[in-house]
Amino acid sequence: MAINGTTTPIAAARLRRSGMTRKSMFLRRPFFTMALAITFGFALCAIFAPQLAPFDPVAQSIEAMMAPPDSVHLLGTDSYGQDILSRIIHGTRYALLIGLCSVALGAIGGLVLGVAAGLASGKTEWILLRVIDSILALPSLILAVAFIAILGQGVDKVIIAVALSLIGPFARTVRSDVLQVKVQLFVEAAGLMSIPRFTVIRRHILPNVLFPLLVQVTIRISEAILVSSSLSFLGIGVTPPTPDWGLMIAEGRSFVSFAAWMSGMPGLALALLLIALSIVGDAMREEFDPKLRTGR
Amino acid sequence: MLAQSAAKIFQTAVVLFIVSVASFSLLKLAPGDPVMLMLGSEFSQESYDSLQRELGLDRPFLVQYLAWLGNFMIGDWGTSFVSRADIFNFVVIEALPVTLTLTFCSIVLAIVVGIPLGVISAIRKDTIWDTVIAVFALTGSAFPSFFLGIVLIWFLAVQFGIFPVMGFVAPWQDFWLGMYHMALPALTLSTYFIGMIVRVTRSSLIDVMDQPFIAAAKARGEPRWRVVWVHGVRNIAMPVVTMIGLQLGGILQGAVLTETVFSLPGIGQMLTDAVLGREYTLVQAGVMLTATLFIVINLLVDLSYPLLDPRLRPR
Repeated sequence: MAINGTTTPIAAARLRRSGMTRKSMFLRRPFFTMALAITFGFALCAIFAPQLAPFDPVAQSIEAMMAPPDSVHLLGTDSYGQDILSRIIHGTRYALLIGLCSVALGAIGGLVLGVAAGLASGKTEWILLRVIDSILALPSLILAVAFIAILGQGVDKVIIAVALSLIGPFARTVRSDVLQVKVQLFVEAAGLMSIPRFTVIRRHILPNVLFPLLVQVTIRISEAILVSSSLSFLGIGVTPPTPDWGLMIAEGRSFVSFAAWMSGMPGLALALLLIALSIVGDAMREEFDPKLRTGR
Repeated sequence: MLAQSAAKIFQTAVVLFIVSVASFSLLKLAPGDPVMLMLGSEFSQESYDSLQRELGLDRPFLVQYLAWLGNFMIGDWGTSFVSRADIFNFVVIEALPVTLTLTFCSIVLAIVVGIPLGVISAIRKDTIWDTVIAVFALTGSAFPSFFLGIVLIWFLAVQFGIFPVMGFVAPWQDFWLGMYHMALPALTLSTYFIGMIVRVTRSSLIDVMDQPFIAAAKARGEPRWRVVWVHGVRNIAMPVVTMIGLQLGGILQGAVLTETVFSLPGIGQMLTDAVLGREYTLVQAGVMLTATLFIVINLLVDLSYPLLDPRLRPR
């Protein structure tokens, strides 16, 4: 179709007729581009948190307790006199760290379970499907709460609990992709050439399910961040004085009538990140999910 | 048809069985010894042994599981280790109705608001209305519900004093006062749901409006509102009900958070307190109850399709 990087006239005409232009995704989807920029902004905040934050996020000060936003403390201080802006900037680290790690772990677990369920047949398949159904029967937050009850609190525990709670949805999508791939001719051909089963999985099945899984990962990051900050908000996730957004919102809850900025500022940061991530996720799904490609 | 329903019910039973084994194992995996927790700091070996025997904790795993399952079925869920209250009473009689009221009110609110918005954005496709509603729906479903609750408290309860800040009044005791207290929590919880309903309504109505029977209705000269609201909306019942069933988990998890924000004495509050107090029996009861609710309601959704769509009824 393309020779030396140029598009042949016929191919270009075909592209034009089918409504698919070479115009980049960033120009076609202004909301997506904006959301992506915001997400990168948060990522930069996380990486350069110590340089960006004007104060130490856990330094307490009695003189500056519950100060409203002013020129020194741009977003005010909390009930311990800790600078809210610095805590939000450092909190980005925890939000993104917990979100990315738990989604990665959950995706690996879901990949293993999903591939197993997709390739199994008969009774094994039926049992694996019921296991996936049972994991899906519990909402991710409730499942995470149950794991936290066993594991205890802390950043690492939250990552594991959220990861375990995400295995179900990942396993379900991986299985449906495996079902589509395993009936393809090249898989059958590989089987007929008596290539070992494990090699077939590694060389032919995995590469074909990895990309849809990556799209799923992008979509689920916002869910992971939401669940982890919900755990902190309930007071059973990350422990104080960690600058975690969920924790900050919970701490400010009792002071909402006279110090609304205490939970308002971290809440806005969390809402902005979640909305940006879900716009990015939606756009990824619409661009790369074959079932939706012709939909709108 | 009957065979299909039977297979569905059997699958559901197996899933419930797996969940019950898992949540029983939760109790066994949990750190700490319940006997020590009940006896406190000072006790003799004899009292330890006798209490262990009394609780049946010296028996093999399988026997303990079967005994637990049997008791669970007849509503004997044990007593709380710390407060010594009966768990079935505490969870099912006191906490569950609160959560169910909140969930039910939010679903009704979400349907009442979500379906008209979805219909408007479907019939005004690609106009400014569509975009505005899409932005609203996306913001609503991505906004963290616990923060939205705080914003609503601050705005509607503290700043304007329209609604009470927190507290729960049972609607079966005083219906209007109960609804008045339930308004903010239900609004908080339904926002996430409204976004979902708008999306499903929009996409399925767009598909339905392309069907021949819509063209036929238009050709008969029926008024536009009748074409949309009678012929169109009737046919989106299935996808909307499916979505409600699938998203029930999401709404239950939102309920947990909303209850905490508004201090409602429901399952969510109970679960959080149980985890903080290391009351694993309570956590287990909450997990079992949530899973059972979700599984049974999804079974009902599956079985309700023939009622909603005459085309699926056996002839």
